Amino acid sequence: MAIRLVFLGKLADVAGAPEVEVDPAPNMDGLLRQVDEGLAGQLETHRIRVSLNGEIVADGRGIRPKDGDEIAFLPPVSGG
Amino acid sequence: MKDVRLLDKGFSPGKSLGLFAKAHPEAGGIASFVGKVRPDEEVKVLELTHYEPLTLPDMNALADRALARWDLDGILVHHRVGMMRPGAPIVLVAAAARHRRDAFEATDFTMDHLKSAAWFWKRERRSDGWHWIEPREADHADLRRWT
Repeated sequence: MAIRLVFLGKLADVAGAPEVEVDPAPNMDGLLRQVDEGLAGQLETHRIRVSLNGEIVADGRGIRPKDGDEIAFLPPVSGG
Repeated sequence: MKDVRLLDKGFSPGKSLGLFAKAHPEAGGIASFVGKVRPDEEVKVLELTHYEPLTLPDMNALADRALARWDLDGILVHHRVGMMRPGAPIVLVAAAARHRRDAFEATDFTMDHLKSAAWFWKRERRSDGWHWIEPREADHADLRRWT
């Protein structure tokens, strides 16, 4: 099993793919250490919202990831 | 009645509106809005992406808010995702109501929220490649009209 990280909007360009799978880790830091440093920096800015399994979370850093989780990083929307 | 959909292919707003009107013979009026990819010589293609677990549930919640706030017989929200050419329809919002003011306002409210608070990301392809579209302050100002 693994944890799926999903990148929306231009974050997908920065990541080079719309999603990646990473190994389980006890916290967000442990997950972000497995992605490119430049990408990790962008994911941690305050303008990026985070959802865990389809629910927006108030504090992305506070997530305690579990096997099979899907964590999405959502930049500001550009509107429909 | 609520008719909320994400469409991954081109659609005919006229046809959808016709079916919506037929489904609401009791309504005294129907207001609607069609949003299109703005014709621009520079733009070849517009791409809208969404996030499945959030986008459609949030559109449904938005339609529920409009139904709760105005006296409506029905509301329709159809939104495209994927690649679109300039001039192609992106969104159709329609509200059927006994009285026109409810239909106008519910349509306006729903569009303002779709434009600035719905989970869509947009990029356009120009002659020099793809460009992501940033949020517009005017859209956020429009949203504040409803608070």
